Amino acid sequence: MIDFLKSVLGKEAPGSKNLAKERLRLVLVHDRATVSPHLLESLKEDLIRVISNYMEIDEKTLDVQLNREDDSVALVANIPIIKMKRTYQDAKA
Amino acid sequence: MGEVVVITSGKGGVGKTTTTANIGTGLAALGKRVVLIDTDIGLRNLDVVMGLENRIVYDLVDVTQGHCRLKQALIKDKRFDGLFLLPAAQTKDKTAVTAEDMKKLCCTLKEEFDFVLVDCPAGIEQGFKNAIAGAEKALIVTTPEVSAVRDADRIIGLLEANNLPGPKLIINRIRPDMVKRGDMMNIEDMIDILAIDLIGVVPEDEYIVVSTNKGEPAVLDMDSRAGQAYRNIAKRLTGAEVPLINLDYEEGIVNKLKRLLGFKG
Repeated sequence: MIDFLKSVLGKEAPGSKNLAKERLRLVLVHDRATVSPHLLESLKEDLIRVISNYMEIDEKTLDVQLNREDDSVALVANIPIIKMKRTYQDAKA
Repeated sequence: MGEVVVITSGKGGVGKTTTTANIGTGLAALGKRVVLIDTDIGLRNLDVVMGLENRIVYDLVDVTQGHCRLKQALIKDKRFDGLFLLPAAQTKDKTAVTAEDMKKLCCTLKEEFDFVLVDCPAGIEQGFKNAIAGAEKALIVTTPEVSAVRDADRIIGLLEANNLPGPKLIINRIRPDMVKRGDMMNIEDMIDILAIDLIGVVPEDEYIVVSTNKGEPAVLDMDSRAGQAYRNIAKRLTGAEVPLINLDYEEGIVNKLKRLLGFKG
């Protein structure tokens, strides 16, 4: 009975507010995962410092960024290596 | 010792200034001593919404730069003895005021007033940082639109990062008819998404345009629905518990039919 009334009254077709809500939800997933450029820069410096203990890297072309897909976020770092540090390998050997 | 409340939104045009003017006037009507600070340097508007634009001599920058005493810059409202406005500078450089200046100013003002309401500029730049610097409490104004709610969410995060947690939400310009037909987000939708407490809902009201034309805040008009909503928010700020005004959209047509047909109470 209720269902019949609903269909007669055209209540089944959702208004645009559901679309607004869904778009808002998605955009906020991304917004809320945003980190400040300052944080990313300081992370980059720390990475360089640690990795430099093991290998010589090209700091100029080093690239660190956050990649966002629909509902997940990943830290992606592209760090070109110039050469391995012999000193470290020697010390270990 | 009074309370410093900042009214902010992120997005422009959602009604920060109208809200500040109305809540401030509403609080003054309740007998509170209130000062409104317009921090939108270069784009001041609180003075015209309050109808006090012809009485400005000194402004916020004159005060922070020591060109005048604080008392000289406070404009007394013509309607209430306890209501004052500190206007923004219109022509000066907006870097003229620092967060430190605002902190000091708010500290001084709250010694004398029950409420110091700070009208924040749109955006998240220095003007925003200045406006929140001296605040102890924040009210976030949003409208039922994706862009406004998104910006409100960003502001909530920034307030938290600046040690101003627990902001309260004002949903402005809601249209019950559109909510009813499912073409506008409702109160619950927005509270769900933003996850903060609500302090008031202001319906869209043509009278706001009329009141701004006149320079008479709508809160003083007993027939204005928005005015009623602002009166309620003012009361809630003083700690009173006031139920939300009935926007008459809770009962959809299906529910109405159900009720008429005797399916529920």
